[in-house]
Amino acid sequence: MSIRETVNNPHSHWMDGTGPESDIVISSRVRVARNLAHLPFPHLLSREKAEDVIHAVQTAIENRVFREKMGKMELTRMNELTPVERQILVEKHLISPDLLEDFERKAVVLRDDEVLSVMVNEEDHLRLQCLLPGLQLNRAWELVSRLDDGLEATLDYAFDEKLGYLTACPTNVGTGLRASVMLHLPGLVMVNQIKGVLGTITKLGLTVRGLYGEGTEAKGNLFQVSNQVTLGQAEEDIIANLISVTRQLLGQERAAREALYRERREQLEDRVGRAYGLLKHARVMTSDEAMSLFSDLRLGIDMGIIKNIPAPLIIELMVLTRPAFLVKVTGKDLSPVERDIYRAQLIRKKLSAAQQS
Amino acid sequence: MECERCHQRPATVHLTEIINNEKRTMRLCEQCARELQAQAMGFFPQINLHNFLAGLLHNEFGFPTTGPTVAPAGARCEACGLTEAQFARQGLLGCGECYRYFGPRLEPVFRRIHGNTCHTGKVPERTGGKVRVINRLERLKAQLREAISREEFERAAELRDAIRELEKELQEG
Ligand SMILES: [Zn+2]
Ligand SMILES: [Zn+2]
Repeated sequence: MSIRETVNNPHSHWMDGTGPESDIVISSRVRVARNLAHLPFPHLLSREKAEDVIHAVQTAIENRVFREKMGKMELTRMNELTPVERQILVEKHLISPDLLEDFERKAVVLRDDEVLSVMVNEEDHLRLQCLLPGLQLNRAWELVSRLDDGLEATLDYAFDEKLGYLTACPTNVGTGLRASVMLHLPGLVMVNQIKGVLGTITKLGLTVRGLYGEGTEAKGNLFQVSNQVTLGQAEEDIIANLISVTRQLLGQERAAREALYRERREQLEDRVGRAYGLLKHARVMTSDEAMSLFSDLRLGIDMGIIKNIPAPLIIELMVLTRPAFLVKVTGKDLSPVERDIYRAQLIRKKLSAAQQS
Repeated sequence: MECERCHQRPATVHLTEIINNEKRTMRLCEQCARELQAQAMGFFPQINLHNFLAGLLHNEFGFPTTGPTVAPAGARCEACGLTEAQFARQGLLGCGECYRYFGPRLEPVFRRIHGNTCHTGKVPERTGGKVRVINRLERLKAQLREAISREEFERAAELRDAIRELEKELQEG
């Protein structure tokens, strides 16, 4: 798949819903930061030197040994893409929003299947990322590490015997590793246990984030749990810790869902049914409202209350109804109101197509 | 007041975020607020980490973290020219050499963030050289001790051979 296909297709492998525990773990992501030796970090890099970094990466991925090991990977300069295309890469989680700033000097490397990507000249010269569906952190680390070895075969990294991989921000030094899981935790939110549970997690050296709107509820009940420490722990240990905490969270979320089903079944079915009804029939839908209804519908699907909608479609809809994709689908700039109308239209269309098939 | 994210445009929007049960309000310009809002799940702003770090540096280095800096005293990296004051303001180092120039002053920062000052993970395959072999050796020795304590003698013999092999490699350089 070329970068054109990537920006035209809302679907990515990480949305497949195929990985282990994918009823709760939406995706697993491993990212490592690497820098080239003897060059200033990107925020102090001149235009020409930034170009040198891009060139070095291009050469590294065209190397015969690299291609035999990793397959074909394609480098695209950010300035070769339109603003909408750039935003779509963010909405698909293939690049970070930081890559959009000062994009003239930045690039992205993508593997066909979108599982592996490299951001060039973000906060660090290189940020290698692997994104997989479900709970697959070990596999993600394995793939990133192999990509890392492939690049290091021709690139000299900034590495210190005592401190490990050197990064622009001292919060990343050492392994340069950030491992995270995206979790859908509506059960724990509904039984009002989320705060306590997440508070405990932060005491274990992990960070929890939700995207909050005006209220106090995370949008779509989605939470990202990631490691905080990068220095002094081996990569495998960081990942093992995150997996074990995630497993505990899974157990608690499942228990919460069972309790809801047992004790508040009518209310639960009502909530799911209302979400389904609104999504099927609404004519104007803001992105916040959509996110919260998607969460309810997804819970209904996972619990067997809704049977004719495939679970991965919900994740795809979450991405497809983001602003940049709506612009792409409709082929024109949209005002916020128009966006809400098109969003509702698209959701109706997708849900009725899924029902018929 | 200037935007906390781009430090360029005036801040007109307040964005509230709750992380780890702690509520934080960011003052942002409209463009930055839009960019942050537009993010789907998966990539959350890293701003907080930077602000957190800037706060730490403020304490460790005794420099103001915002506003104009008076008298940029202190060390400067000879490779990239970054001063301590610049570092304390941005929270970002300028190059790999900075770690050497600011070394002693960074140690307490590492300890606060990571609880640690020494890397024990992966080492580059090609350029990691000796460190890589030494780390591997340490791991094997730990495994050997464990194998012996569990009385897995066949495994222990295998490990001992592997250790000898590596030690030979190390001596031959
Ligand atoms: Zn701004
Ligand atoms: Zn420097």
